[in-house]
Amino acid sequence: MANDPIHQFQISTIFPVEIGGLDFSFTNSSLFMVATVAVSTLFLVLATSGRGLVPTRWQSVAEMSYEFVASTLRSSAGSEGMRFFPFVFSLFMFVLMANLIGMFPYFFTVTSHLIVTFALAMAVILTVVIYGIGKHGFGFFKLFVPEGVPAILVPLVTLIEVISFLSRPISLSVRLFANMLAGHITLKVFAGFVVSLGGMGALGIGGAILPLAMTLGLTALEFLVAFLQAYVFTVLTCMYLNDALHPGH
Amino acid sequence: MDPKDILSERREQLNRSLDERRRADEEVERKKARTSDAQGFAQAMRLSTEFIAGVLVGGGIGWFADQFLGTSPWGLIVFLLLGFVAGVLNVLRSAGLMAEHKIRNADKGHADGTADDADDTRRDED
Repeated sequence: MANDPIHQFQISTIFPVEIGGLDFSFTNSSLFMVATVAVSTLFLVLATSGRGLVPTRWQSVAEMSYEFVASTLRSSAGSEGMRFFPFVFSLFMFVLMANLIGMFPYFFTVTSHLIVTFALAMAVILTVVIYGIGKHGFGFFKLFVPEGVPAILVPLVTLIEVISFLSRPISLSVRLFANMLAGHITLKVFAGFVVSLGGMGALGIGGAILPLAMTLGLTALEFLVAFLQAYVFTVLTCMYLNDALHPGH
Repeated sequence: MDPKDILSERREQLNRSLDERRRADEEVERKKARTSDAQGFAQAMRLSTEFIAGVLVGGGIGWFADQFLGTSPWGLIVFLLLGFVAGVLNVLRSAGLMAEHKIRNADKGHADGTADDADDTRRDED
């Protein structure tokens, strides 16, 4: 078990709940989702409780994350897109916190499960579709019909555009999931080398230095990836929301 | 002082400054290579997921169409190909190549009927 790199992703039930024959158990994944929400809420509430004109260190981190998401959203969806700010900011904080909490040893990484990231991506796409149709009515479907295409090609191009649109939640969720999964497996495999080499006597301990150095480097890389993927998720969300606001060309 | 000495001294000095500059250049180059490696990896991840998602969705639609309409295997064949095209479109779009196209067209003004299919300009702000 110590060397099983997949074991860290196992779901275990903490207390079982069953409603109408469906399994609604509170699992370790749910626990860490609750922890993610609690930590990010606590962080933001405590950090901004001072409201100093000259921010403390914590307050300035909170302000930075706010400014960061706000400028990303404004630059890709315009100031009109700011109505989605609470949604986008919550998504960013949730993904970032979940990724960072997953970096603690023995902690569960919520975003390394496809269904979680897919649910997040579907929330984004459904927001785009529902808001787009609500605001522009039938005009939202202009998104799928590019301008300047010969009439004969329009059905084909529209079909391709629709498939391209439908593939968005998949690529959005798979990217985050695959990055977190692959990173954590690599980390675990290299860390496992250290343990197994270390058990092989003096020569083994000497050899274990190499994977140890690698693990150290990978840990730093994983922190970067944790942030980068949260950022990428946010940027793409903003771009898709822009489609809901401006479906025309 | 002997003019030869002055010359050699000058050459020495030039060599030294040249060496320094070269070393700085190499440092910059190496740093650039390292970051571009990481960036290249991230981009490869991004583009491959975009492409695979397109193919998967196309294949999925085709498969479901076959299941419900009984058109097997035509739905899968046609939609897998369309999904491939959509995947390529996704890749081009996320690599920024489509946006480049848009800018070029914008420069030309409204050129009549850009024949290029799927010339999408959805990043337009207005």
